[in-house]
Amino acid sequence: MSIQDRKIEDEGLAYGVSKLTTDKIQKTFKALIDNETGAKLKAFSETCMRCGMCAEACHFFVSHDNDPSYSPVGKVSQTMTKLLAHNGKVTPEDVYGMAQIAYTECNLCRRCVHYCPIGIDVAYIMTTIRRFCHNLGVTPQYIQDTAHSHSATMNQMWVKDDEWIDSLFWQEDEAREEFPNLRIPMDKEGADFYYSVIAPEPKFRTQLIYQAAAIMNQAGCDWTMPSMPGWDNSDMCMYSGDFEMMGRLKRQHFELAQKLKVSRIVMGECGHAFRSIYDNGNRWLGYKDYPVPVVHSIEFFAELFEQGRIKLTGKIQEPVTIHDPCNIVRGYGLMDKLRYVAHQLCDNIVEMYPNREHNFCCSAGGGVINCGPPFKKVRVEGNRAKADQLKATGAKICIAPCHNCHGGLEDVIHHYDLGIELKFLGDLIYELMEKPE
Amino acid sequence: MNSLYNFAVGPLAWAAFIILAVTAVWRLWSMYVLATQKDASSIAYMNWRFSLRSIFNWLIPYKSLGWKTNPMLTAVTFVFHVSFVVLVIFVTPHQILLENTFGVTYPTLSPQSAEVLTLIVIVCCCYFAYRRLTNVTVRYVTRSNDWISLGLVAAPFITALLGSWGLGGEIMPVLHVLTALALIVAIPFTRLSHILFALFTRAYIGSEFGGVRHCKDW
Repeated sequence: MSIQDRKIEDEGLAYGVSKLTTDKIQKTFKALIDNETGAKLKAFSETCMRCGMCAEACHFFVSHDNDPSYSPVGKVSQTMTKLLAHNGKVTPEDVYGMAQIAYTECNLCRRCVHYCPIGIDVAYIMTTIRRFCHNLGVTPQYIQDTAHSHSATMNQMWVKDDEWIDSLFWQEDEAREEFPNLRIPMDKEGADFYYSVIAPEPKFRTQLIYQAAAIMNQAGCDWTMPSMPGWDNSDMCMYSGDFEMMGRLKRQHFELAQKLKVSRIVMGECGHAFRSIYDNGNRWLGYKDYPVPVVHSIEFFAELFEQGRIKLTGKIQEPVTIHDPCNIVRGYGLMDKLRYVAHQLCDNIVEMYPNREHNFCCSAGGGVINCGPPFKKVRVEGNRAKADQLKATGAKICIAPCHNCHGGLEDVIHHYDLGIELKFLGDLIYELMEKPE
Repeated sequence: MNSLYNFAVGPLAWAAFIILAVTAVWRLWSMYVLATQKDASSIAYMNWRFSLRSIFNWLIPYKSLGWKTNPMLTAVTFVFHVSFVVLVIFVTPHQILLENTFGVTYPTLSPQSAEVLTLIVIVCCCYFAYRRLTNVTVRYVTRSNDWISLGLVAAPFITALLGSWGLGGEIMPVLHVLTALALIVAIPFTRLSHILFALFTRAYIGSEFGGVRHCKDW
């Protein structure tokens, strides 16, 4: 099968492609190669031996009965290899297929790196294809909408400034019934840290802000949440290929910490947002290290437990499994800390295999879920591998400390009827911690 | 025929090695310059420890996830590469050529072991070809340059074996030298350039995984 045999209608892709000419495509490709890529792409393209060892790494390949067009090298072959071979002289229809592959059939999860003797980074190649498509204006409608939102509001979900502030007040109000002294300190200068979240939290997972506030309150943290743009740490522009906006978003996120004079930033349980600060956004801005220290919630929770600042009333007894999100485990090595926190909360952890940095992706990451309903079936059916993994554990609960993983795994669990409950670490901590009488 | 052979192992071989040396240095240097100019945010993370850690672990058969998942290919790949290097260095005629040119002497393989190793390399090449034809993924991504590279590698070994069996008469040793020189010259310009670049790509991804991603890349 090739991508032309499984074309999916998407308004964004169709509109973008309708504006293209072969000349424009070639000019844009040449500009990309001349100005934005270098030795990495050249070495990866020339030295790939086409051995196909990477195929087994990819959940799309495994879940589609070993269809070679879904293998990492197969995806590179249909996109970058073709573009390089023809010096960018491809048809608008070809670009449609390339965009569909790069945006919706690769989660940029980097599992294939563990399979390649030469060390080829297919995620980088697919990201470069996305950049090319972005430069051509050929992006899936839904993810482009989030990128537009980032540009217009500095958050992903068109949350207006007053709505954001109102959401914080609302959650503070709600929580004070349970925790009478609780505050969500807003714009508190010089606090130990500011807590940043992704925009889907105020939009449709507002209870997570409640839970975070409850945990901070009980642990006696000196913290704050900002009222100003920058509070949203998410970054769909990184995935749509709009790197200029990606840079602006990350700068805003860091500069907000400097404005608030906090010692560090604690980021919520999100994978891609973390990737955008340690891997992509920081590089675009030329930061080798962060201008302000940043920790992920997993690290933060581990710290709270190590310092004995969270008291629990009990532990979960049912079998619980752990999903290792790519962007914070294969991407940032937080697998041991994740297990440390999970074992604090659960007595019966059942590992799923392969796990840790060898885990299978949730198939939602890399902006794939953000490409919206037209591509839902592809990613869900493209992750039978994860469903098999989950089923084999016999667990009743799965911990997934990442928003995109939640979205993706919810769909996988529902589609394959697995009957597993998904939890954030924050969900479990909130559920189990001591609360006022 | 004798004078053609002498020409091939003499001036022609010198020309091939000089072309290889010049183009390999040029390719490595230009790649390095390109990396410093265009990939600064990547090479900033290059790290000796993580580079060597990655190279070392990938040199151990069946250590990485990739090697484990492809057991047959792993065996053939390791046997092929080791036999290739051993033959190139330790086969007696090569040592004699080096001795005549540079006065270098060292122990060499017996003709029998050289023959067995040559046969092994050819069998490995046959496996690579078989896999290229039968494995759906590999067949899907195979282009003519993959076949050219495989042919370039196999040819000197086939001609060496046929020559040692006395087949093809005087022409076979000449063909062996010519195909070997073609292979040498082709290294920087074909997929065989992984001989030049693979260590660096491995070192780079090892540095990324060690320094940025804090996990192993095997």
